[in-house]
Amino acid sequence: MIRVQKVSKHFGGVYAVEDCSMDIKEGIITSIIGPNGAGKTTLFNMICGIVSVDSGHIFIDGKNVTGLPAYRIARRGVSRTFQQAHLFKNMTVRDNLRAARETSDVELSKVLAKVHFPLGLDVRASDLSYGQTRLVEIARALLKTHKVLMLDEPTAGVNPKVRHELREILLNLKKEGNTIVLIEHDMEFVMGISDEVIVMAQGAVLTRGSPSKVQSDKRVLEAYLGK
Amino acid sequence: MAFINYLIHLGILIGIYTILVVSLNFAVGFTGLLNLGHVGFFGIGAYVSALLAVSGVPLWLAILGGVIAAGIAGVILAIPTARLKGDYLALATLGFTFIMGSVARNWTDVTRGALGIPGIPRLAADNVVVLAIVGVLAVISCFIFRRVGQSRFGRACQALRDDELAAKMLGKNTFAHKIGAMGLSAAFAGLGGALFAHYITFIDPSIFGFGDLILLFSALIVGGLASVRGSWVGTVVLLLLPEPLRFIGFPSSVLGPAREMIFALLLLLILLYRPKGLFGEVDLS
Repeated sequence: MIRVQKVSKHFGGVYAVEDCSMDIKEGIITSIIGPNGAGKTTLFNMICGIVSVDSGHIFIDGKNVTGLPAYRIARRGVSRTFQQAHLFKNMTVRDNLRAARETSDVELSKVLAKVHFPLGLDVRASDLSYGQTRLVEIARALLKTHKVLMLDEPTAGVNPKVRHELREILLNLKKEGNTIVLIEHDMEFVMGISDEVIVMAQGAVLTRGSPSKVQSDKRVLEAYLGK
Repeated sequence: MAFINYLIHLGILIGIYTILVVSLNFAVGFTGLLNLGHVGFFGIGAYVSALLAVSGVPLWLAILGGVIAAGIAGVILAIPTARLKGDYLALATLGFTFIMGSVARNWTDVTRGALGIPGIPRLAADNVVVLAIVGVLAVISCFIFRRVGQSRFGRACQALRDDELAAKMLGKNTFAHKIGAMGLSAAFAGLGGALFAHYITFIDPSIFGFGDLILLFSALIVGGLASVRGSWVGTVVLLLLPEPLRFIGFPSSVLGPAREMIFALLLLLILLYRPKGLFGEVDLS
């Protein structure tokens, strides 16, 4: 689905991502974890075209998307949410969703129900709680025609109830055939939901595998806690 | 009779300024482009239409020429400035207005410089007919911007206003949307300028003045951003509010500053007590 091939990015003299390669498989939940500064979000931003790539290539469905502007990568089927929810705050929930796809209120309500959003379509985005903004952002990403969902720290700042709901939502989406990639710091959430975990440290892939394999890898513990 | 003529004159100005404010609102309120070049487009529409008309081009073709010229100017200005935001975009577009004023003053072979262009053909001999034409065009302009605001294009413009990055991630070509929004907004400013020229029948480089820009932005803020209704209500309020001063008998040296003081006071009150303006959709605070 997504192939990252020897990709590097530096800011000034600091390498955020260096010679990083990975494959994201179709139809599963892949979590990218790693300590702060590991380069996870920079990698996400490069895949989405928000940040330019210094060297290397990124392929989506076999097509090279390196250097394409963000909107063209989005049109190739990448749906993305952010660490801080990026809703259109002066617009209603309806218009936020319709910015992703023009469809009927019935369809919009179905997607909102899928993410367990408790309010209606007419609420302004600026009136939503933090957790609710995350749900609407995920609903919007779902509505956009997509091949892969990329979620950056979906559980950050949300209460345990919403976190539990998010777990159910993502598992249901996987059952429906969605490919999901997420960056996450909540290890319990990651280990409970992921089919594959990729661990990044110092801008490169440290290891990858099933949650149980990654959990038992000493290098992972060292990356988080130091030797 | 003189009082009725005065009311008709006010009505015509309200119509023309409604077109200007509603088109400015599309760039600023709907799309989030802090465009201070609107008076420049207004002036381009006025000059192009006036020059075409005095050289013998039929009136409505001349007006169409003014609209197209202003629209093209909007697109040309938007291309290099689309990556600028906020204050930087404001400064760049304000500079455009000053440049246009300078061109009008110095390109004397074409514009006659400070002498201006007299004898511009009128829209109609009777001011009642002028009022009807301007009124219809103002209503059509409001209708068009209302429909555009509710369209897919308009929703994308509002999305990029609120969060350009998120709009890009939904597959919106924000650069193209900004150019489209500026072009459309500028074209209608050109229409306002052309109507103004063919009503007043004389224009000179003072048409690119800062005073009109303040009036347009005041009406925009009072009426509210991203609201078509707010645009025409704001225009009516701003144009009518200072009018009673004329009947108090103040000397003309006091009238002008008093008018600006009223605008400033009104803006302060709006910003303090109603940051969205009367009908706005976007919170200025």
